[in-house]
Amino acid sequence: METRSQIRARAFVKVWTAFVILVIYLPIICGALAGLSKGRYFGFPIRIFSTEWWGKTFASLEIQSLVQNSLLIAFIVTLVSVVFAFFGALAFARYDWRGRKLFQKAILLPVFFPQPVLGLALLLWFNALGINPSWQTAVVAHLVWIVPVVTLVIAIQVYSFDPTLEEAARDLGASRWFILREVTLPILWPGIWSGALFAFLLSWGNFPLSLYTAGVDSTIPKWLYSKMVAGYSPMVPALGTMSTLSAAVLLLAGGLAITLVRRRRADA
Amino acid sequence: MAAVTHAGTAGERNLLPAIPAGLRAAAPVAVLLVLGFLAPLLTVAAYAFATPKSFEVFRSFTLANFSAVFDPSNTVWMSFAWSLAYASATVALLAVIAYPIAYGLNRMFGKWSGLVGVLFVFPLFVSENVRLYGWVLFFIKNGVLDGGLKWLGFSGGPEVLYTPGAILFGMLYVYLPFMLFPMSLGIAMIPKDLVDAARDLGASRLMIWREIELPLAMPGILVGMLLTFVLGAGAIAESKILGGQSVITIAQDIEVAFTYAQNWPLGSALALLLVAIVSGLALYVLSKLDLDRILGKR
Repeated sequence: METRSQIRARAFVKVWTAFVILVIYLPIICGALAGLSKGRYFGFPIRIFSTEWWGKTFASLEIQSLVQNSLLIAFIVTLVSVVFAFFGALAFARYDWRGRKLFQKAILLPVFFPQPVLGLALLLWFNALGINPSWQTAVVAHLVWIVPVVTLVIAIQVYSFDPTLEEAARDLGASRWFILREVTLPILWPGIWSGALFAFLLSWGNFPLSLYTAGVDSTIPKWLYSKMVAGYSPMVPALGTMSTLSAAVLLLAGGLAITLVRRRRADA
Repeated sequence: MAAVTHAGTAGERNLLPAIPAGLRAAAPVAVLLVLGFLAPLLTVAAYAFATPKSFEVFRSFTLANFSAVFDPSNTVWMSFAWSLAYASATVALLAVIAYPIAYGLNRMFGKWSGLVGVLFVFPLFVSENVRLYGWVLFFIKNGVLDGGLKWLGFSGGPEVLYTPGAILFGMLYVYLPFMLFPMSLGIAMIPKDLVDAARDLGASRLMIWREIELPLAMPGILVGMLLTFVLGAGAIAESKILGGQSVITIAQDIEVAFTYAQNWPLGSALALLLVAIVSGLALYVLSKLDLDRILGKR
């Protein structure tokens, strides 16, 4: 039985959550509207809708190179960070070793750090090493921030993993490589895929690190920012919306795949 | 940090069987952190003591940059004050805004909580400048709010864009997920039987919240507050996009020193002070927490 005050609390939480979600998506919707309106300057209510700016954005060679940069960076970051974070997560959550508590805290520091300052610090460091900033240095910068995040994502999966399974395999004479391939990896796949999805999407949308560490190379968020500050055109909201939509599609597809794998495993 | 550097050297040696498995697994991440995080910070520290407006790092030692920061005629302390005030206000307001949602995700939404969670995660994957620019389109003259109100026959929307309040709003907007998810993990740590038992024994709703739920969820709430504070103290995009030039945050001062002013030593001194405040706080709070429990070790 629920009391009346419980019903009221439940209603309040639901209405509040719905309101906050609406506020969260409101600016994204505003951007979508601005990208779909005809004319150089934005005005509301929109008089004429058109896909003119979407077409121009698709046709632009400059934007094609931005998309290539962003994709390339995100792919490399995803690959490297998943490998690093997989082992990192085992060290974080699975193995009992002396430096573990320290490791757990050290790995959080880049996450608990203002990203613009991290980007500028890396810029200084690359300069001291004599490295010219380019998309490659942006990959390193993204890794410093994304590897810890992915480690945490995979670590959550590791916590639900029963270490006696590995021990049983070892007792039965399995080699270390065999155990990794046949026991550890299959159990951790959902966490690894979630981590990969996080890595790709966080790199794809990252702005402060790319701004300072990509040098003359540009990524989608960096280019958008330069146009917001000077030289607005409806291509800005149009490209912003395209970038958001691709992230949404990827998240949806990835989320569905992970759910399906989980469900199939639960049935088996 | 001693064990981390140790792990770094362990990775380069030829994986001797004597090295514990944990250390070996930690090695790649440890090397990355040393080369990509510790070394840049040490470079910043070294630059902070270099001759002002020069690039003579490691070759000169002076405190001139710090005395420039603390010089009474310099107004850079205003930027520090603004940034820390914004960060504190963001933490306080987001704690209130996020708590009901975090509670709902754990206790009320049932099978919907996964979907609601994803709806809150997704904005993290859209760069903050795109989302903040959406607010510019909303609040700007003839934008969605102003134009919409005029269309409905009102005299138009309020002028909120490019004010200090708009910056705070932008920060609340951008950092909400960083408060919400740690808080939600914290609330997940409250055993439901404990709450039921307290209720059966006649505890009031307020008493259950104050004596059981809040203390048990505290580690997660603290992580959320710490994360929000740190990110808020280093915020730059909100003031640039939504705030016009109405407020200069400390991260913006650092950026200007590094870019237009070409005064890397001064920028490094400012960055070092910000890092000292932020990491002092982070290390203090993290030392109080058991990360195994927060992330759900059974």
